[in-house]
Parts: sequence; structure tokens; C-alpha cells
Amino acid sequence: MAKVTFNTDLCKGCSLCVSACPKKIIELDGNTINAKGHHPARIIDQEACIACAFCATMCPDCVITVEK
Amino acid sequence: MVVFEKPKALTDTPFHYCPGCTHGIVHRLVAEAIDELGIEGNTIGVAPVGCAVFAYNYFACDMIEAAHGRAPAVATGVKRADSSKIVFTYQGDGDLASIGTAETVHSAARGENITIIFINNAIYGMTGGQMAPTSLPGQITQTSPYGRDVDTVGYPVKIAEMLSTLDGAGYIERVAVNNVKNVRNAKKAIKKAFQNQVEGKGFSLVEVVSTCPTNWGLTPEKALEWLEENMLPYYPLGVYKDKFADKEGEK
Repeated sequence: MAKVTFNTDLCKGCSLCVSACPKKIIELDGNTINAKGHHPARIIDQEACIACAFCATMCPDCVITVEK
Repeated sequence: MVVFEKPKALTDTPFHYCPGCTHGIVHRLVAEAIDELGIEGNTIGVAPVGCAVFAYNYFACDMIEAAHGRAPAVATGVKRADSSKIVFTYQGDGDLASIGTAETVHSAARGENITIIFINNAIYGMTGGQMAPTSLPGQITQTSPYGRDVDTVGYPVKIAEMLSTLDGAGYIERVAVNNVKNVRNAKKAIKKAFQNQVEGKGFSLVEVVSTCPTNWGLTPEKALEWLEENMLPYYPLGVYKDKFADKEGEK
């Protein structure tokens, strides 16, 4: 099964992964502030992930690991 | 099975770049190329002056910091001293296309067997968003608040087109990192630029059209759109020169 993990401490909340995701299942977590002071990205529906790695391809900070 | 993870040729040091800065993407692509060619232990990188000045903290291979614009000259020296090493430079437009133009042009003219990764984001990033040689006509920057006036400050320098006219240059391609497709093409171009050097073919330069969300005054997503709408028409993507392919009868 496809699995996406975010190393949230490295996330700068640029949201390039949010717009790259074809399934629209990534959002910035407005209730959390990470060590850098940003709202980190998170996946909201792991089941819907197709492991295309578009999010990780556009991430400038190597936050995302994709497995399947 | 891991589909995507951070490449081994990057250290664990977090990038200092602004949120959404495409330097991070290009760093990763270079590291992926190094990983895939298995050359990390044999590679020496040369960092520029500019936002990417700390590149030596991020790449796991040996790195040298060059004086502003002089990375191709330093890389020439390293490569000539030990031609078994894979030598690359990573430079921005203020570094490569302005103060370092002479070093860039002449390293290409000499056909040095080095690889240059050139980040073109049409502005000086680290110093606060001044007009660069690559800034677009009419582009508003700190030092061109009414837009770049080509009557007084001239036209942008098109590095890929310019260098492709030199007989010494081997492989010149311009790519962008504004969407997934272009990032993948950029990866192929960067890997090819390294592969050319591994095979001893000669001078390779990849110009990467990039963003500077902070100094453009845009969000990272809007910056990618601005790149596509404004920069790509002025800086068309494609292979500008590949004399190695011509020799082998392939494109």
C-alpha cells in the first residue's frame, strides 16, 4: 500500500506539494507549528495515495519519503 | 518498497533557503545524479557566491568555495590537477552571468571537461533582490523599481544561446523546475551533464530556470506560475548544443 511520510521538522510550509498532488490529499496543518515556525504539510487521506511521488518531486527540502 | 527518498549525496543539514526556493529541488537533482552514477566518493563540487554559497554544507562529496564568479576557473584547476575526479560547479545568475562571465565563457571555449549547473532566477537573491544580468525587460527589482529599462541598462544575457555558439562547448541545455514534468526533464539533463564528464567528453552546462519567491514578492506557488508565464517565453527550454550526440548520430 502506498505510504507517504513527512519529516515535518524540515517543512517550510511552501505548499508546492499541495498543488502538485493529483489526488488533492495534502494540506498545510493550520493547527501545528513546527520547529522552524511553519505550518507543516500533512497527508489527510493516506488510503487515496497512489505513490506517484509528485509531492516529493516538487518538495525543495526533501521532507517527503514515498513508499509502496 | 521505497519510491522516493532523500538522496545519499545530500547531508542531513537542513537547507537555509527560503520556503519554496527551487535551489532545494536542484540540489536534490544533482545529488540524485551523483547517487545514480555512483560517483560520490570521486566527485569535487565548487560552490558559488550567492544564495547557494553554503552548498558545501549540503553535498556529501568534497566541496570547494570559490571567489565570486570564479567557480569555473577553480574547477578547471581541480580537473587539470586530477582528471580522475568528477568536478562540477553550482552557480547562480549573479555569479555565473555577471561577475563570472569571463570564467564561464573561457572555460566553455577551452572545452574543459567539467559540469556546470547554472541557476537562472532573473534576480540577485542573497543581496536582496537587485536587478541581475538575466532580469527580464520591464521586470521590477530593488534597483529597477520602474521595471528594467532596456534603453539604459540593456537586454538580458541568454547564457545557453551564447555559449552554444562556442566550438569548445559540448553539451548545453536549458531546463526549468516549475512542474513535475520539467523537474524530471531537468534531472535527465543534469545526469547527462555528469555522464558526459564521466565519459571524458567535455564541457557540459545545464541552465535551470528557477524561482526566487522572496525577492519576486510572490508566494512559492505564484512564483512557479510567474516563471512559466514570463521567463519561459524569454528563455525557451531545450537542448542548445550537443556535439557528442551529433558524433554518435543520435539526438
